[in-house]
Amino acid sequence: MHPAPSIIVFTTLSGLGFGLMVWLGVAPPTKTPWVMAFFACLAMGLASAGLMSSLLHLGHPERAWKALSQWRSSWLSREGVAAVVTLAVFAAYAGLWVLTGARSPALGALAAALALVTILCTAMIYTQLRTVPRWHDPLTPLVFLAYALAGGALLNGAMDALPWLLAALAGLQAAAWARGDGAFARAGSTAETATGLGAMGRVRLLEPPHTGRNYLLTEMVYKVGRKHARKLRIIAFTLAIALPLILTLAVSVGHALAGLLVLSHLTGTLIARWLFFAEAEHVVGLYYGAHRDSLAG
Amino acid sequence: MTSLPKTTDASLGLVIDLDTCVGCHACVVSCKEWNTGAYGAPLADADPYGADPVGSFLNRIHSFEITPETGPAQVVHFPKSCLHCADAPCVTVCPTGASYKRQEDGIVLVNEADCIGCGLCAWACPYGAREMDPVEKVMKKCTLCVDRIYNDNIPEEDRLPSCVRTCPAGARHFGDLSDPDSDVSRLVADRGGLDLMPELGTAPVNKYLPPRPKDRAGAPAPLPAETTEGADGFFGWLDRTLDRL
Repeated sequence: MHPAPSIIVFTTLSGLGFGLMVWLGVAPPTKTPWVMAFFACLAMGLASAGLMSSLLHLGHPERAWKALSQWRSSWLSREGVAAVVTLAVFAAYAGLWVLTGARSPALGALAAALALVTILCTAMIYTQLRTVPRWHDPLTPLVFLAYALAGGALLNGAMDALPWLLAALAGLQAAAWARGDGAFARAGSTAETATGLGAMGRVRLLEPPHTGRNYLLTEMVYKVGRKHARKLRIIAFTLAIALPLILTLAVSVGHALAGLLVLSHLTGTLIARWLFFAEAEHVVGLYYGAHRDSLAG
Repeated sequence: MTSLPKTTDASLGLVIDLDTCVGCHACVVSCKEWNTGAYGAPLADADPYGADPVGSFLNRIHSFEITPETGPAQVVHFPKSCLHCADAPCVTVCPTGASYKRQEDGIVLVNEADCIGCGLCAWACPYGAREMDPVEKVMKKCTLCVDRIYNDNIPEEDRLPSCVRTCPAGARHFGDLSDPDSDVSRLVADRGGLDLMPELGTAPVNKYLPPRPKDRAGAPAPLPAETTEGADGFFGWLDRTLDRL
């Protein structure tokens, strides 16, 4: 799949923002209202920047408000509604705390639960697609939740929980990569099922429908990711997971080091998210002679 | 609302005969022509005369080579457009309600005024039936020529999808696949009509008729060996005379 920068930034930043909201809702790092105001602005800023970035991806961003209407059937619509409601409830929670000086744990818990739902909805946009077997897996929402909660814990300074979350993320991300590599073959779609002609023999594309590129090829039969995938996985894993995990266990993390770890985690997450898209194989490629390699293995 | 209708009053769709299609691409051209001037935004091209032309099409012809266990390979031309699935994944993913499946005839359409151009429906479609228009930035797809089939302003024989009307080989058939007595349903029953990628559970309305088994010629007769044995008459005399020289 085409790794659109706007979508990579959207899922990464909004995941981090909503992940921080979960922590600020149930276990804020401070009792001081003005410090909370800073953290609340950070969380809402990250989430909003991510959501704004997602609008850049649209052909008609001026109609984006219409996307809030189909929450009964569409995960993308649910994600939009959940994001708006979460931001409103979290703003009320943080605003009341800063203005009155009294924290409402109930409202915080509600904001945290809504933030979790929003992260889940974001992941389900991809998980629901049977056409992309690598994404159509229970690990996809778990990986999204783990990135958001670990990143949120890092920003929140929840240093007791952080190693556990990073360890869980390590396991989930490694499992998602391992399972994802065989997902297309396991799903069982081949050029034979795509054409329905498997009973006649082995099917091979002889002539594509046209000599140039088309929307389907640029959007869904993207192939740049494969060449450096292994190296990029190691880099992403090191920056997003291993480095923060080792340092939080080895040394006492102060504010300056925490800032560096946030940058490291964010960079690693962006690379992992780029791979999430670039490595994903869409079944429509079968009509264009793609995926013969993955099926041979 | 982008929920799918539980049932449709009819299931209009196409039956494509892979035995008959000659791969001439006439349906592609007529589809492009009709849908550039009719329903919705024109079906646009970007950079049509430049170095990197790209355009939106609602129908494309692939050609596949089928190699059996034994015997020679066979070429099959394979037209592909929206299959108007009963369980259309492109419809339910739509966040705005722009994509919908009609209850009255089962046609899957896009209300372009509501489309935000997010592209998720194209991701959800296994068949590559949806393409983003490079100029209008809204999703384009086969309408089954909804502006022809019910159109009282055109002659009755033209009230067919443009691709069906155009096909010079008669490889494309249009009708109600929910009616077991319709011509298209009978074709599907007689010829063993196929679903594309049935494992994805989309329940396509359009069906494909597989190529009929071809006659296989037996092993070719050996070429006659070069000999003058048994030659008589003038040629016999000539043969004997030339031998003696």
